[in-house]
Amino acid sequence: MSEQRIAQVGGTAVPIPGDDVDTDQILPARFLKEVTFERMNEYLFYDARRDEDGALGAHPIDSYEGASIAVVNSNFGCGSSREHAPQAMMRWGIDGIVGESYAEIFRDNCKSLGIPAVTTDHEAVEALQRWIEQHPTGEVHIDVREATVEYGETTLDVEIDHAMREALLDGIWDTTQLMYSNLSKVERTATNLPYVGGFDSAD
Amino acid sequence: MSENTLYDKVWERHKVTTLPNGQDQLFIGLHLVHEVTSPQAFSMLEERGMDVTFPDQTFATTDHIAPTTPSGRERPLEDDAAEKMLSALERNVDEAGLTFFGLGSGKQGITHVVAPELGLSQPGMTVACGDSHTATHGAFGAIGVGIGTSQIRDVFATGCIAADKQQVRRINVEGTLGAGVFAKDIILQIIKELGVDGGVGHVYEYGGPTIDRLDMEGRLAICNMSIEGGARAGYINPDETTFDYLRSREYAPTGAAWDVALEHWNAISSDADARYDDEVTIDVDDIAPLVTWGINPGQVVEITEPVPDSAEMTARTEREAAEQAYSHMDVEPGQTMEGYPVDVAFLGTCTNGRVTDFREAAAILQGRSVAESVRALAVPGSQTVKTRCEAEGLDKTFIDAGFEWREAGCSMCLAMNGDELEGEEVCASSSNRNFVGRQGSKEGRTVLMSPAMVAAAAVRGSLTDVRRMDRGEPVQQDADVTGEEAAD
Repeated sequence: MSEQRIAQVGGTAVPIPGDDVDTDQILPARFLKEVTFERMNEYLFYDARRDEDGALGAHPIDSYEGASIAVVNSNFGCGSSREHAPQAMMRWGIDGIVGESYAEIFRDNCKSLGIPAVTTDHEAVEALQRWIEQHPTGEVHIDVREATVEYGETTLDVEIDHAMREALLDGIWDTTQLMYSNLSKVERTATNLPYVGGFDSAD
Repeated sequence: MSENTLYDKVWERHKVTTLPNGQDQLFIGLHLVHEVTSPQAFSMLEERGMDVTFPDQTFATTDHIAPTTPSGRERPLEDDAAEKMLSALERNVDEAGLTFFGLGSGKQGITHVVAPELGLSQPGMTVACGDSHTATHGAFGAIGVGIGTSQIRDVFATGCIAADKQQVRRINVEGTLGAGVFAKDIILQIIKELGVDGGVGHVYEYGGPTIDRLDMEGRLAICNMSIEGGARAGYINPDETTFDYLRSREYAPTGAAWDVALEHWNAISSDADARYDDEVTIDVDDIAPLVTWGINPGQVVEITEPVPDSAEMTARTEREAAEQAYSHMDVEPGQTMEGYPVDVAFLGTCTNGRVTDFREAAAILQGRSVAESVRALAVPGSQTVKTRCEAEGLDKTFIDAGFEWREAGCSMCLAMNGDELEGEEVCASSSNRNFVGRQGSKEGRTVLMSPAMVAAAAVRGSLTDVRRMDRGEPVQQDADVTGEEAAD
């Protein structure tokens, strides 16, 4: 299965401020009760977006409709392993994320979905978040190859996890087919593990 | 880089090859499946015309949406969405030929309770599950990792995940736990000291004299919450306690195979001269029972200790998180959490839903009653746990005290099955996450603590130091927690 190479993503952006934004905020657990990811965009930040009377409006997600890049702070996506969280962001329209840091499973899930998640320091993230607030129609571009983020007159050097960068640039962020092609090696590894055969002493 | 640790050895044995992007292709020896994160993976597999390649290494149960009342479990389930998820799982495991511990199996329960008690989780394994609490299985000296749905598809199709090797941080735990202080308090203390993102990029190896003395159920509670400290995996080197626990469990090796297994299990431990990327010591001597005061699992105080003042915090992130927490929890810095009123008491989960947890809570409830204003739920982590507790008569202690004695599942830990907080209710909870909205109400408030502390809070109707309450005689003394009945 050939996949799309992802070297650059960009468009307008949405700042989602706050550290330790957990997956229960991004996608509350009660919306996990569906057997497909199709409608996850409807549930993105469901509770955080609503006030006590259920009215929308206070959350940046509602003020920056159409955004392609999310700009977040530290330990974003901590908590559960639910891929529903980045799925919801992707299906809402997010193609890439700039942040201070991510929880590991969340970052892995982004990689599985072909969403570049790059990091930079707190000051740079805050400056970018402020810039977006002042330029809501301004565009932010993530260059995966060069490891830069461009907005306005600014070009930021950012960090991108090596494996994620290579996978996106080579178009092999979906690893199933790639790993399947090594199946004979997998079987050899499995055979060499004593527990796979139930510790058969004849081994 | 670490060398000769259990993590290095397990990684080396399970590494298939290095992928073009530099990640390792890692074989997964035990894949645990549940209804919430697997249906999309099964669909992706079908779209590609692929099958589950290693069905014998794959086991499924239902936990997140499992109703916890007997009538609620009648099929079709009352909640359409839950019924759809459960039916999808049943159909998928049937087509793939997987072993499934369903509602009627007598073995159903939370994946991270079921696999250990059946002897599926063993030293030296790699364990994966579409659930972040897969770290739990590290208690056996296995490497357990939580994965997303696309990675579940990878494991179904190839038996593998693509993974980066992490750094290994050794956490030496020293000191003697006083009465009323448990493994749960140790892990809360570790997260208190190292932070909720302290473990990012690391695997935690827990060791030292205090860990050595813990039973398996305590070790499971500690490894379970590695992820709350930011570490995707945490483990404890296997020892006699591990082997004694495993002996005679349904899926543990027997006869000659047991001896072969022991040899491998002993060889997999970190060597005496193992090299770690980092080492820290946590002293738990004389710590008081711990409770969370905020909205992340690192916002923790001893029950006797005042809630910290954000004005004295140096890190900006810590200050901001504290201010949000004061407002959500309605707590004041400088006050202790003692006396904080509680509306709901919740016992159970993959952290603290095992037999010893219910024994410790029952010892506090013996001869006492739950405060009138408190709704109290005891939810065994599995049907096996439930049966065992009932054999000991613990269910009567809970019911007599005013607890509801429920069926097995994840229940109010994440409120997917109808068990949930309402409005601003405060829950004294033996679970693992106090995130806003986690227990089903966005105004709801969660306070994490040990099962004994939950029982104490249920009785008093407010947070209280369990050490000040006499402990009733355990209903039935039994040194071997769950060993001998596992062969049933």
